[in-house]
Amino acid sequence: MADGEYVLEARGVLKIFGNHVALDNVDFGLRSGEVHALLGENGAGKSTLIKILTGAYQPDGGGIYVDGAEVSLDNPLHAQTFGIGTVYQEVNLLPNRSVAENLFLGHQPRRFGFVDFRRMEADARALLANYDLHIDPSSELGTHSVAVQQIVAIARAVQLSGKVLILDEPTASLDRNEVERLFEVVRGLKARGLAIIFITHFLDQVFAIADRVTVLRNGTLIDTRQLDALSRTDVVRLMLGKDIAFSGATDVEPSETPDEVLLEFKAYGRRRSVLPFDLTIHKGEVIGVAGLLGSGRTEVARIMFGADPADQGEAMVNGKPTSLRRTTDAIRHGFGFCPEDRKAEGILGDLSVRENIVIALQGKLGWFKALNRDEQLEIAGRFGEAMDIRAASLDMPVKLLSGGNQQKVILSRWLATDPAFLILDEPTRGIDVGAHAEIVRTINRLREDGMAMLVISSELDEVVAYSSRIVVMRDREMVAELRGKNINPGVIVQAIANHTDEAVA
Amino acid sequence: MKRLQLERLANPQLLALVAVLLINWLLFPNFFRITWQDGRLFGSVIDVLNRGAPVAILAVGMTAVIATKGVDLSVGAIMAVCGAVAATMVVAGYPTPVAVLAALCVGLVCGLWNGFLVAVLDIQPIVATLVLMVAGRGIAQLITEGSIVTFNEPSLIFIGTGSFLGFPMAAVIAVVLMILVTLLVRRTAIGLFIQAIGVNRAAASLAGIHSRMLLVLVYALSGFCAAIAGVIVAADIRGADANNSGLWLELDAILAVVIGGTSLLGGKFSIPLAVVGALIIQAMNTGILVSGFRPEFNLIVKAGMIILILMLQSPLVGTALGFFKRDSRQATPK
Repeated sequence: MADGEYVLEARGVLKIFGNHVALDNVDFGLRSGEVHALLGENGAGKSTLIKILTGAYQPDGGGIYVDGAEVSLDNPLHAQTFGIGTVYQEVNLLPNRSVAENLFLGHQPRRFGFVDFRRMEADARALLANYDLHIDPSSELGTHSVAVQQIVAIARAVQLSGKVLILDEPTASLDRNEVERLFEVVRGLKARGLAIIFITHFLDQVFAIADRVTVLRNGTLIDTRQLDALSRTDVVRLMLGKDIAFSGATDVEPSETPDEVLLEFKAYGRRRSVLPFDLTIHKGEVIGVAGLLGSGRTEVARIMFGADPADQGEAMVNGKPTSLRRTTDAIRHGFGFCPEDRKAEGILGDLSVRENIVIALQGKLGWFKALNRDEQLEIAGRFGEAMDIRAASLDMPVKLLSGGNQQKVILSRWLATDPAFLILDEPTRGIDVGAHAEIVRTINRLREDGMAMLVISSELDEVVAYSSRIVVMRDREMVAELRGKNINPGVIVQAIANHTDEAVA
Repeated sequence: MKRLQLERLANPQLLALVAVLLINWLLFPNFFRITWQDGRLFGSVIDVLNRGAPVAILAVGMTAVIATKGVDLSVGAIMAVCGAVAATMVVAGYPTPVAVLAALCVGLVCGLWNGFLVAVLDIQPIVATLVLMVAGRGIAQLITEGSIVTFNEPSLIFIGTGSFLGFPMAAVIAVVLMILVTLLVRRTAIGLFIQAIGVNRAAASLAGIHSRMLLVLVYALSGFCAAIAGVIVAADIRGADANNSGLWLELDAILAVVIGGTSLLGGKFSIPLAVVGALIIQAMNTGILVSGFRPEFNLIVKAGMIILILMLQSPLVGTALGFFKRDSRQATPK
């Protein structure tokens, strides 16, 4: 490879946080005039790589090259002088200032030492015309749609940097038309010879706009490929690391006569969150939910639990129409929910293990039927033992436990309420092997005891192992339902990548 | 069990209170002298109890608010409003119980308003309660029509200056309120829920706690406590002063709570220790007055004392001195 081939290049980049290797010997090359998609699940190292390319982080090994010459980028401002600009998911401009001021903030045209507003607005108008954006430059930025703000942010970044543009999930909060609008702008910039890095979770968008794709997984480079040689399935396989040839079918025998129906959701959905879906859940059944990040997996869990109430469709519990407007409604009907973000939504960090375990049960009992200390200790002790929670004392703050033990505490919290239906969102993410095995064992045991569960997980092998059925989410839509012998990671990968035709009854 | 009780007594707040009282005694040898006169106790220590009562009462409600990671800046203004309500009603000829009940209801409504802003509209507590902190004094002035409403109704005055079994009425009310509210939160699950909301409201809501309703109630309690304090202060001076009643007391109440070991970040709380905090503040005020120092020193000494107490509570110092031995042992898992 000739040195001059890449505008921006990372060679053998290494980044270590503590004793965690975030990026391990990653190579990345960006050509001018291309849109280069950067893909990977959460924690794959995308944002770390971007932060190194924009100078926000310094690499612990390897080097960054601009036009073939090694550079050291001290900070994002310094990176800007090399022509590298970034636009983030949340527009970080000033919504209460005018469009023109946002475009030229920090380098306003001056006249006699004062800001020359007339020239600034004329310049802004001319600049935005390049993007086919005809808005009043003196209007407040905040009055425009997010898409327009994104374009303004891009215009600013291109104007300041002009060589490399990094778009970090710019489409996350845009609707379909706005995305198309944004893509027009990106195509225009590409034609002007800019090198563009595009980060997103939406595969459709990658195929719509990108020329090449680089996939990261667990901090290592999986591959960089020309996109027109790849199918969707190939890309998903690269991201998740599942070989289609591998087919560990489910261990769970699909019972021909399923147990009685526990839950029924009909056209259940929530605007801007999940498209309406139908799902029937029987007692003693584990429904696995597969899909890429941002596909609407967590949203399904949250509307089922009433954390974000549904605004369409109906839910039936034991055959009776039921309103699940609040979490307390769901809990009253025997629901439990272990959220994905354990720290932000799961644990009560400063409270003791004991209090964390009894809190949901106490919530169910209400304010005045208080469990006394001895009862709390008995309950916490019982579940602590059953779940093998390793804590020096039940009275120590739960935040001092390891992630796996915290997860077991939250699981215990719901088991203490004797639930009929348990929703687990990524129950095994980021926990150690021992706790992982314990949680999988618990899921199997609970299913045999007749509990219904909905388990969201990115670990396809794992989902396959304990699920009776698997629903696949894609772009906020439930696109497939897989059952019986048809469940294997390969089929799931295909379902995530393509449309619904392979849903088999 | 006995060991636990002793350890409980050896907390920094009580030690600080004892230290302040001893310093007062050194500076003013008669500090601990108590006399019996006209069927009641007199003396500097009794004075501390009496004068400290309004802040102690505010601290009871404030502790619950702060434990939810909130703060209530409006209590001083609510005191003024409720004092004004009680005074104008008594002057207008209503019987004392009606006037007091009306004042308490007004305090409750003020608290509900704060709770509505914080829990339902999700406004940050410091801003939400600032509304009433500013508006409250205006409302109080409207009620008193700009003047200081004085009254001579003995039954109302009794609430501020009377005595019960020799102890000042205000102190008795404060202690009874402290015990009742402590029992309410500790004998029910409310205390646990308040802590859960303060530690992590999102997680508490997902665990099925009616966090909204509880937040509204906590602010209502704070407003109610402020109403009691407002009536006591008005009864004490036999008049409602819309401008000065309860002025800056919200800050003393917050300070009392913090001295009492409740973190402004919410979570674990102790109502009795907050009341001890209020007594520490008052003991310093009284000590400086009776020992003949110029009152200007008060603020500086107070600041120094606060720094000292807060340092004793800091985890860093705690670890360094091995002060919280139980806690540090817990802090090493596995």
